[in-house]
Amino acid sequence: MTVAQTRSDGSLRHFLSIEGLSRDLLTTVLDTAASFHAATEQRVRKLPLLRGKTILNLFFEPSTRTRTTFELAARRLSAEVVNLDINASSAVKGESLLDTLRTLEAMHCDLFVVRHPQAGAAEFFARHVPPEVGVLNAGDGRHAHPTQAMLDLFTIRRHRPDLEQLNVVIVGDVAHSRVARSQIHILNLFGVRQIRVVAPATLLPEAVETLGVHVVHSLDEAIVDADVVIGLRLQKERMRGPLLTSEAEYFRRFGITRERLKQAAPNCLVMHPGPMNRGIEIESAVADGPQSTVLEQVRNGLAVRMAIMALALGAAPGLDT
Amino acid sequence: MKQVIQGAHLKDPARGRDQVADVWIDGEAIVAVGAPPENSAAFAAVDLKGCWLLPGLNDMSARVLDQPASELAAAAAGGVTTAVCPPTPGVPLDQPGAVRERLSALPAGPKVKPLGAMTRRHEGQQITDQDALAQSGCAGFQGLKPLADARVLRSALRYAASLDLLVVLKPEEPSLGAGCAHDGAIATRLGLPAIPRSAETAGLARDLALVADTGARVHFSTLSCGESVGMIRAAQERGLPVTADVAIHQLFLTEHDVIGFDAQCHVRPPLRSTGDRDRLIAGVADGTLSAVCSDHTPLSPDAKLAPFADTEPGISGLETLLNLGLRLVNDERISLERWIACVVDGPAGILGGTCFGIQSGAPADLVAFDPSLPFTPAGADWRSGGPNTPFVNWRFEGRVVGTWCRGSRVFSAGA
Repeated sequence: MTVAQTRSDGSLRHFLSIEGLSRDLLTTVLDTAASFHAATEQRVRKLPLLRGKTILNLFFEPSTRTRTTFELAARRLSAEVVNLDINASSAVKGESLLDTLRTLEAMHCDLFVVRHPQAGAAEFFARHVPPEVGVLNAGDGRHAHPTQAMLDLFTIRRHRPDLEQLNVVIVGDVAHSRVARSQIHILNLFGVRQIRVVAPATLLPEAVETLGVHVVHSLDEAIVDADVVIGLRLQKERMRGPLLTSEAEYFRRFGITRERLKQAAPNCLVMHPGPMNRGIEIESAVADGPQSTVLEQVRNGLAVRMAIMALALGAAPGLDT
Repeated sequence: MKQVIQGAHLKDPARGRDQVADVWIDGEAIVAVGAPPENSAAFAAVDLKGCWLLPGLNDMSARVLDQPASELAAAAAGGVTTAVCPPTPGVPLDQPGAVRERLSALPAGPKVKPLGAMTRRHEGQQITDQDALAQSGCAGFQGLKPLADARVLRSALRYAASLDLLVVLKPEEPSLGAGCAHDGAIATRLGLPAIPRSAETAGLARDLALVADTGARVHFSTLSCGESVGMIRAAQERGLPVTADVAIHQLFLTEHDVIGFDAQCHVRPPLRSTGDRDRLIAGVADGTLSAVCSDHTPLSPDAKLAPFADTEPGISGLETLLNLGLRLVNDERISLERWIACVVDGPAGILGGTCFGIQSGAPADLVAFDPSLPFTPAGADWRSGGPNTPFVNWRFEGRVVGTWCRGSRVFSAGA
């Protein structure tokens, strides 16, 4: 029942979730991203690869940041970009979501970039688009955010190519995080030594260990010998609900601090998908410190999204390796 | 009309029948089984050689009143001769006039026993006129949603107990019910908002306490958790007047069937683990659960065309009930005797009546099943207006070929 993300020749068609994609294909994405990254660093601002193609950014959930990176990635590849923000709560449900899709198809877009508050939304779109159209998941409910996971892996790999040696800590609201789910899948696929998830029990989903992680309820314990620490964003509304006690208690037990990092491996990377709640998830001195890759992640996100768009539209450059 | 069903293999374990014999029907009733009655030449012959003949099925939960024409046809095609219809979001059955209006508009066919609203407009505040509703045809009372207010529920149960009327509850603690899939490994992987088992068991514990308090006769509908079966068994052992059923799909599907965001497997309560499924089957086998229902919920195709959580829960189940049950028998998960008890005598007992089965003097509610014919759900001969079935690609051996309600043939395969 799961939608195939590749074409019959094995090439990328949709990018919906890390699950269902092979390590080889994702390695091609990373290598392609590296070539775009080099071009960008050399101030090559625009590549003609997607000239004549139209990419539709379809956001059912407000997100200026993510949408902007997708838009920029598309423009760097010379694609036409159409942005459509739809308020999911007011308008779109059931039949009308499919109606929306049919209407959009009439615009003859080549690729839909979809963000939606419900898990499975990108897959739903992929199931209903014409065969020549691809769907790229920019976040669906708590399910997946595969481009974020790709850019995180891309970032880790640039610093630490010895992936199978790494202990990775993911700290924060795993229960409500699509980012964490996609990170866990890709880190396992690429064979890191251990993934430790750290959170209060109220922010861990049921049976999370079945995703292939070790559950630790104390960051002090989890951070020992960690090579990568990834903080997750805590939504402010969770703070007011029954799942958490207070910001102060959260920071005391789960905040990423300089003091705690002393227990980690030397040069441990500190990552965060942003935006950060400073003083709750992470100490400012760490967020802005030498071990932080937060801004680098944003830059890498551009190259990774360019690579995925180019590959999904069959226009990736030959890799000169 | 006088008719004789000839050559069928009678399967009615509760009456000790497992043999080929003719069934003679005069008007609404069976007048003889086996040896012909007087004046046998006047009976029109219906040849059912090679078929099984079972008592008509009693379904404890089938939403047939919103589109009675198509859904009663679906009931007939499924061999269901009596359907208990729970409340639906449409017009509430909270006034005797509304019940009479609905029932008088029904086409001939399977008998419908509606459950009246437990509170006015299903608002959960004022209890309904139970006596008048029962007089107008309601088989019992149920809320559209679980009652959050225990004081109102306690009051409804006390009132029902004083009139010896049946209350049907779908146990759920409402504050734990905001989700669309079982709180387990699959919902975690898919990122779906989850419903823990405690949503059901906490609701059930409260409801059982209120039964003990009020003495009301309560039937628990569509359980999903293995632990609930144990709670029902313990309550029955304490002597509480409680019964329970399970929807047939819960005996086949599990949380794993939701993989791929298959909206056809979006049901409420949600599909749970294989362990839960096995304990539910065991509960059917050992008699703790005295009925298996279709929980028939016909939906338009559009209702399932959305991301999983935005789709409507429910399965159009009338036309697969018998085939699925017989598959459980064939797989030796339950005996034929238990299966027929759960769809014939069990529901009749819950409703406070007696089932007569296939015997002289009984109402002629019968279903003929041809074990040699194939059946594919949701095909061209599907009668329900709801194509929503997760069993669409299943191939069954055997199918219903004829259904009689009170002596009238209401379904013929191929007709």
